[in-house]
Amino acid sequence: MTALDFSTTLGNAWFPAPIFTASGCASSGRELAQFFDLNSIGGVVTKSVMSKQRHGRPTPRMAETPSGMLNSIGLQGPGIDAFIAKDIPYLLEQKARIIVSIAGETVEEYATLARKLRGISGISALEVNISCPNVENRGLVFACDPDASRRVIDGVRRTIGGELPIIAKLSPDVTDLVHIARGVVDAGADAVALINTVLGMVINIQTLRPHLGGKTGGLSGPAIRPIAVRAIYQVHAALPKLPILGMGGVACGRDALELIAAGASAVSVGTASFGNPTALPTIQNELMELLIAKGFSSLRDAIGYAHRPEETDDN
Amino acid sequence: MAEINRKAKQITAQVVSNKRVGQYHQLILAIGDAAQLCMPGNFAAINVGGDTSRMILRRAFAISRVSVNSVAGGTMELIVAPHGQGSTWLCAQNEGADLDVIVPLGTAFGIPTEPVQVLLVGGGYGSAPLFGLAEVLNARGCRVDMLLGASTASKIYAPMEGKRSVNSLRIYTEDGTMGQSGRVTDPIAAMVRDLNIAVIYSCGPMAMLASIDSITRGTEVIHQCAVEESMACGIGVCMTCVLPTQDADGTIAMLRSCIDGPVMDGEKVIWDKVGKAL
Repeated sequence: MTALDFSTTLGNAWFPAPIFTASGCASSGRELAQFFDLNSIGGVVTKSVMSKQRHGRPTPRMAETPSGMLNSIGLQGPGIDAFIAKDIPYLLEQKARIIVSIAGETVEEYATLARKLRGISGISALEVNISCPNVENRGLVFACDPDASRRVIDGVRRTIGGELPIIAKLSPDVTDLVHIARGVVDAGADAVALINTVLGMVINIQTLRPHLGGKTGGLSGPAIRPIAVRAIYQVHAALPKLPILGMGGVACGRDALELIAAGASAVSVGTASFGNPTALPTIQNELMELLIAKGFSSLRDAIGYAHRPEETDDN
Repeated sequence: MAEINRKAKQITAQVVSNKRVGQYHQLILAIGDAAQLCMPGNFAAINVGGDTSRMILRRAFAISRVSVNSVAGGTMELIVAPHGQGSTWLCAQNEGADLDVIVPLGTAFGIPTEPVQVLLVGGGYGSAPLFGLAEVLNARGCRVDMLLGASTASKIYAPMEGKRSVNSLRIYTEDGTMGQSGRVTDPIAAMVRDLNIAVIYSCGPMAMLASIDSITRGTEVIHQCAVEESMACGIGVCMTCVLPTQDADGTIAMLRSCIDGPVMDGEKVIWDKVGKAL
């Protein structure tokens, strides 16, 4: 048995293992806790929370697609106050490492959320979700606009101070992802989360109308994995020191390793949990075995491996 | 809240038998000790398509009946209509096949503490869980009357042995090919009045459940319905299977039909907002 250093970091946050839940795919942890110990994975990224309670979009909210699914939830949630009162204490009790994901409709809403979270202890990092595709107005997807992205992150950074790592969650639905990533880093993001779902649509053949209540939805699952790998690879190539929380269609250990080799320092598993509630611990174990089998002594040595010139390939 | 999914187990369940019954398949799966945890109204979430399938989501099925001590040990019965790719795959699984199953999930029908008069209403294969429920209610001393309806005869699921626990069974088809012609909801108001019904248990299409609610709302009659919304996960994490609800204190919420359902108090559901934004 080879000893493997499986730990990773995102900014100044340290995690003993690199597999996390994905925001919006694990609620606030309670539902999955019946199936595995939340402390056994790298961290729990909570469902993006907004200032106020939100009911979200009408049903149907889901359509299965080949090797994927569309969702159109619309950020249903309890609002930040209920989240802080109920969900954070629960996760702390489970000794989970917590990454709180926030979403807002305005630059000010993000700053307000950051202010509410500033004094809460036990949070490892803040994910700033500026790329949820399920908002009424696509113009509100901050991550599609370099300037809006920067303003959101700048507002959060100013509010939260310099300690808590900020992870900006970006959309792959942009022309120049590296440009957006550079902008959020300049504004104070310590890491980026790549990728959010890809905007899609299904037409119901019976009604010949869009199937989802919200018409469009976010595509997730193995169908989008190559897009995630590409996005992570592009950003890591341009910004090799920027930690990336990678995600997009990871369903097994080899998928996680693919994202890590592209440049991800940690990997979130989302849709795979819908089909298999024990996907996270399974993927984490598979990844560990795979790294050992490939002769790595540290996860960190595998991060961005795909970018190494071939002649230095000594593994 | 910490109790979400507390009985649920992810198990490998072997297909004990798979029989075609009209347009449906009756599947018996060996689920071991989990059978003891299953109550009428609970459902199971099953992986379909095998490891290399492009179908990534589980399919949810109401548990129609369980047996804790059959020859194959603890078993559950599912009634599956081969509608889509996933259910068609499941219906093609032969005896001996292993399935990845999470069971039991969701809420259960509440059983009255007193032996009252109850009415069970099933639409299409929604009738499946009502037969297991009838046995439990019958054992409680309740008088159980049952109404089954569907568009046409071949969509009625009414097994012979299921009738044992039922005092009366009336069947309605919209095209008149079996039982009486009409909708299953047609006789409910009169039955509630004439038979002094205390609880209606229902399972079937949402329009049927809404129609029953319009009869029971504001009356003393309790309506416990098993709702149907498409689910991605079945365990409460995906937030896709929500229904608009209102509590007695006026609180409005989109509740997950996998965790706060499938069995819900019909009076709590805001039926005219189903499929609409709150």
